[in-house]
Amino acid sequence: MRTIRFLLVKEFKQIFRNKAMLLIIFVLPLIQLLILSNAASYEVKNSKFAIVDLDHSSYSRALIQKFEASSQFDFMGLFSSEKIAKEQMQQGKIDVVLYIPVHFERSFQKEKKGSLLTTINAINGSAAAVENMYVNAILKDFNKTIQVDFMGAEASLQPKQLHIDTLFWFNPELNYKTFMVPGILVLLVTMVALFLAGMNIVREKELGTLEQINVTPIKKHQFIIGKLLPFWIIGMFELAVGLVIARLIFDVPMVGNFGLLFLFASVYLLVILGIGMFISNFTDTQQQAMFLSWFFAVIFILMSGLFTPIESMPAWAQVLTEANPVKYFVEVVRMVMLKGASLLDIMPQLIKLSIYALLINTLAVWSYKKVN
Amino acid sequence: METKNAILVKNLSKRFGDFTAVNAITFEVKKGEIFGFLGANGAGKTTAMKMLIGISKPSEGTATVAGFDVKTQSEAVKKSIGYMSQRFTLYDDLTIKENIAFFGGIYGLSNEKIKEKTALLIDELGLHDKASNLVRSLPLGWKQKVAFSVALLHEPKIVFLDEPTGGVDPITRRQFWEMIYREANKGTTIFVTTHYMDEAEYCDRVSIMVEGKIEALDSPKKLKKQFKVDSMNEVFLKLARNIE
Repeated sequence: MRTIRFLLVKEFKQIFRNKAMLLIIFVLPLIQLLILSNAASYEVKNSKFAIVDLDHSSYSRALIQKFEASSQFDFMGLFSSEKIAKEQMQQGKIDVVLYIPVHFERSFQKEKKGSLLTTINAINGSAAAVENMYVNAILKDFNKTIQVDFMGAEASLQPKQLHIDTLFWFNPELNYKTFMVPGILVLLVTMVALFLAGMNIVREKELGTLEQINVTPIKKHQFIIGKLLPFWIIGMFELAVGLVIARLIFDVPMVGNFGLLFLFASVYLLVILGIGMFISNFTDTQQQAMFLSWFFAVIFILMSGLFTPIESMPAWAQVLTEANPVKYFVEVVRMVMLKGASLLDIMPQLIKLSIYALLINTLAVWSYKKVN
Repeated sequence: METKNAILVKNLSKRFGDFTAVNAITFEVKKGEIFGFLGANGAGKTTAMKMLIGISKPSEGTATVAGFDVKTQSEAVKKSIGYMSQRFTLYDDLTIKENIAFFGGIYGLSNEKIKEKTALLIDELGLHDKASNLVRSLPLGWKQKVAFSVALLHEPKIVFLDEPTGGVDPITRRQFWEMIYREANKGTTIFVTTHYMDEAEYCDRVSIMVEGKIEALDSPKKLKKQFKVDSMNEVFLKLARNIE
């Protein structure tokens, strides 16, 4: 215990003396949290929209007006032919085109139906889906106006239509920040723990001080605890600060229990620190350690369910995510903060992560060799 | 069990794949002796030393250091030895005092003992005004002296010094050797590698390693007689040249 205390004192002194390190630990993550939370949005705004009107009727003009008035689209203008619209889309000047065919109004009046064509630039698939939704919403609205206008009093005699109301639970205003901020917070805590812990040990290898440590009678577990505990404490501290920011600046609700979140985070950090330690045991320079850490970080982040839902990944990838600690934390943070999940609810994740922590840290202690 | 030997090495070898870095060396170091371990770069000195201080496993052979087997009791060996390597190994971003406290603590010294040792060490080295400076700010020679003193904190029976005076000016080197003598007079065994042949003359006995083998081992006086030359420098050159 005493040996570990000496190690802790040393580590904290070194961390607090290193100005670059302080910046990396305390300032950069908070800036990232502020910037990313505002930038990483699922909302589709400012889509460039154009219309090709071949009908030139009162209906088509009414329709154009509807789109011009829409706040979701930037109306880029009316094109006289399909060819021009195609060219413009090719050049990336417009994202969405609505074609109003000839005799749109006439067929509507005669046959009581009309057809329209929308072309959407779907290079970004999810944005295209959202844009399609916007277009449909506007058309539906237009349809309603026209029905009343066309059928007049008759319309009110029609049988009442089935009306569907959708209720969004846990994030009633569909606020993407509520969804993203907890996830981004997880990432920042992860990065700090993964990079700093591993880098710290490899740095001592580079300097030669690790050799000096290996010549002392210090026990392997003492050394590893002494090395990881400081970053565990820093990780927990960072989470606390991040949560305060999430609450105060982004107004993310905290429905669940803070204690539960920190309990889970404490196990989670053990896993991440163990991985960092494991990497450092197999690398000789900070560069190598950095590269390997990045390799894992990128996979962990992209397969965490933070940006893309895990349910929509192929089956083999979903199996792989079982080994991704970040996935569990993203899940649990959202469950606890937004749904108010109880200990029982997060038990499966907690058990899996505890086993993970035990395994990876056993491996880390085992692979750390005082004797070569 | 009291023996006369601080270090006893028999047919000790270390192989890395096909390459034999240390090839069946045999020697012993007496208690209280200053033993010079010489050899050209790449001769296998550092590898041999790493086996003796318990951070490298021997491929073959046995070695006993302070009565403990380096293969099976390496942690017990570590309690009885001090080590200072050619790479400067104090923490640059800690002060002299903090380095002393840290290494003292790691070796299990009590707080009073650490305080006492710190005061003594600072006194001996005359570092009163620098004790609270970061080690980074010290000149190399001073760093080496502090590192040597730190290696002695837990009063080890044997001290291993791996090129302790590399890159240091002649005056500081002389002062450093005075420190080594003082320590040897207290009964501590000194095992030292060096490239400076004048330093080899200061040793009680020296061994010269060439390509993984010990080619000569005796007191400097006898070695000079054996090779019929006037200085250790010439002894060294003769041995090294024979190989090429």
